[in-house]
Amino acid sequence: MYNFSTCNAMPCRNFLWPMIPQARLEIQKERVVCHTRVQRNVNLEKLQNGYLFPEISMHELQHIRKYPDAKLINLGIGDTTEPIPDIVAVSMAEYAHALSTVEGYRGYGAEQGNKALRKAIAETLYKDVQVKDSEVFVSDGSQCDITRLQLLLGSNVTMAVQDPSFPAYIDTSVIIGQAGDFEEKSGKFGNIEYMNCGPQNNFFPDLAKTRRTDIIFFCSPNNPTGQAATRQQLEELVKFAKENGSIIIFDSAYAVYVTDDSPRSIFEIPGAKEVAIEVSSFSKFAGFTGVRLGWTVVPEELCFSNGFPVINDFNRIVCTCFNGASNISQAGGLACLSSEGFMAVCSVVNYYKENAKILLETLASLGLKVYGGENAPYVWVHFPGSKSWDVFDYILEKTHIITVPGSGFGPGGEEFLRMSTFGHRETILEASKRLKNLFS
Amino acid sequence: MSLTQHLSTSISFSSSSFLSSSGFTFRNRDVSLPSENFGICRCVATPQEEKTTYKTKVSRNANMAKLQAGYLFPEIARKRNAHLQKYPDSKVISLGIGDTTEPIPEVITSAMAKRSQALSTLEGYSGYGAEQGEKPLRAAIASTFYGDLGIEEDDIFVSDGAKCDISRLQVLFGSEVTIAVQDPSYPAYVDSSVIIGQTGFYEKDAEKYGKIEYMRCNPENGFFPDLPKVSRADIILFCSPNNPTGSAATREQLTRLVQFAKEKGSIIVYDSAYAMYITDDKPRSIFEIPGAKEVALETASFSKYAGFTGVRLGWTVIPKELLFSDGFPVAKDFNRIVCTCFNGASNVVQAGGLACLSPEGRSAMQKVVGFYKENADIIMDTFNSLGFNVYGGRNAPYVWVHFPGLSSWDVFSEILEKTHVVTTPGSGFGPGGEGFIRVSAFGHRDNVLEACRRFKQLYK
Repeated sequence: MYNFSTCNAMPCRNFLWPMIPQARLEIQKERVVCHTRVQRNVNLEKLQNGYLFPEISMHELQHIRKYPDAKLINLGIGDTTEPIPDIVAVSMAEYAHALSTVEGYRGYGAEQGNKALRKAIAETLYKDVQVKDSEVFVSDGSQCDITRLQLLLGSNVTMAVQDPSFPAYIDTSVIIGQAGDFEEKSGKFGNIEYMNCGPQNNFFPDLAKTRRTDIIFFCSPNNPTGQAATRQQLEELVKFAKENGSIIIFDSAYAVYVTDDSPRSIFEIPGAKEVAIEVSSFSKFAGFTGVRLGWTVVPEELCFSNGFPVINDFNRIVCTCFNGASNISQAGGLACLSSEGFMAVCSVVNYYKENAKILLETLASLGLKVYGGENAPYVWVHFPGSKSWDVFDYILEKTHIITVPGSGFGPGGEEFLRMSTFGHRETILEASKRLKNLFS
Repeated sequence: MSLTQHLSTSISFSSSSFLSSSGFTFRNRDVSLPSENFGICRCVATPQEEKTTYKTKVSRNANMAKLQAGYLFPEIARKRNAHLQKYPDSKVISLGIGDTTEPIPEVITSAMAKRSQALSTLEGYSGYGAEQGEKPLRAAIASTFYGDLGIEEDDIFVSDGAKCDISRLQVLFGSEVTIAVQDPSYPAYVDSSVIIGQTGFYEKDAEKYGKIEYMRCNPENGFFPDLPKVSRADIILFCSPNNPTGSAATREQLTRLVQFAKEKGSIIVYDSAYAMYITDDKPRSIFEIPGAKEVALETASFSKYAGFTGVRLGWTVIPKELLFSDGFPVAKDFNRIVCTCFNGASNVVQAGGLACLSPEGRSAMQKVVGFYKENADIIMDTFNSLGFNVYGGRNAPYVWVHFPGLSSWDVFSEILEKTHVVTTPGSGFGPGGEGFIRVSAFGHRDNVLEACRRFKQLYK
């Protein structure tokens, strides 16, 4: 059952103009339009298109207009589809009700998050790696945390990303002013170091060929490739960061999808606390994509070159630019980390993992080169020699399935297609059927 | 860490512990920071200290280094905490941080409870929402607050609150613009400006940051800036009803402000978070002023209307007519920021917002606002009767009390020490706040009455 809520995210290119009725446009032609004398932020001018996922929504809308009767299947935007477990929903409902009572009412919470939740995150999810609750900062999600980290770091740092990568790393880097100019030919921003990750290098960067940058964004399990880095690879990464005096921003939003013994946290690697920050989320873990809850771990040991603790500055950002995640969402988060809640959310995760298995098997049986799917809710399919937007269009046209073209994640994604494995089981099975029809 | 390890861990946390956690009632207790002594200072000469602390080679953001101290309100919380430790039996009353205290009306919380429950059903589950907010809520905000002002649903961007919106607006404008603020003003305007890199260094003598235009607002100028004396800045941050002075600008004053912005080609960022507290006929929205749509955007919040300080919901209005110097619509760039740097306000919370704007919800919000306004009246009467010059309070939940010639931190400390009442020193809001104390009108009635009794004792 496809949920049209994402259609409300009108893409930037068409955002305003279709909404102005004709009559007003005519009046505007006669009147002089007033400009302020405030210069547009040049960094925003550098952004090439709208943010990737609203762009996908735009294609979806156009397709629906063309084929109003088509039963569209969305394996594009990685949006969770299964209901939140009762125990979690009830805890949020109870908390909301309590806000109407004198004893249960709460005003401003600590910007860093509710103490019990911070403790639960530290003790449940970082049990063996000794992360303190004071190092956990609760947020309204990774996308927001990434921007707050960029604000923290400022425009004078350099950054490296995996290529392909989650678009928010590069886009926020451009917005904050780190990225330099876009080079049409390469499809890259001048000041960003792109660490190619592909089948040829087992989706792990060739660090010997990577130049030093201040910040290294690393996502594992990876969006979009679905690859989880091994312990050995992450040890190499931590060593690389240490030698270069760099800071790793490790995105572990999909940690709970790991099936094998790949690390779930960068802090499983000795020495990581001196070189890494970890960002994570309840979105894909608990179906909280709309509820909004995540966290960032900043170890006390992590210092800038002048010895100043990064955590102090991050705390200042959180106190000044943020006002805490919603107390209701935090109540839900705490329920997710209770023993009963954790089991319940994990069974939903397992459901999506089953979906991934089905899609993986389907695509492999069709002789397609497919990656990921084992440790992440994404499968990454290679169409050598093809342009990813062409494959995206072709699949959409022929099967009414929305996917995401790999080039949307960077030039390293060209020739690839990402399919997300969220969805009702019958939808996934139907998608498999249609793909079999198309490719066999 | 395997899944089985997770499952076998005995977790004692539950929703009830979340509610009853003693660290939850007071903001400050949740702050557990490393020592305030920045930098690594190991001065002890023992063999173990031979190990050098590892430092990365990443330079600290110079803008962060410009900030003078912690953000104001956590600092107030720290002092309150220290006071409580000194006098553990004292009944401390908080009229400092402007935190709402009264329960949220049931019509609103039951909508949020209902939405939470719905998320556990097939039909009711929803994932990502539109980053700009859910359509019905945007429509309700437009019609409730901007009904006859020509502001449409798609001009509204729902957020998790005004403080976050201010930073997103700073990210939007970037480091190359200049800002003007009222002096005194809500600290997030100046602090976010420093962080984004718009300002120069802090000048200790003036107590101001370089490159910011501070527009003095005091009793002499009726708390409205002397515009002919104000230098042009790209962005003018203007809050009315004002935090901390409690003053609400008149239609005439705002007309002059809009004209000023037009002449200078500036953009007004109008903070209307306290609009519902207006008692008389002062404008509730900048868009009541003709021509404002070409020079202003407005930010607002459910925090002080619906007691949503912890629930987190607000909005920003950007008219289509507001354009950068090259003609590019500001709303378009803000939309890009919202899509990239944000992921929407919580869906459960937005359901609460929609209930706030139902007829029953609006009436319930007005009752709560009315309650806090009565508190403000009581506080104003108290200080007036003690012979102080008192400002604000009529159109805002803040009373601004003048202590001429005194240091506001000294007055703050004396009041705290002698009456166990937490207030906010005016200089925390800028040099223009020196000599003033802000008393916020949020609180249970009995606490407000008790605080006033204690003020009378101290100052009789």
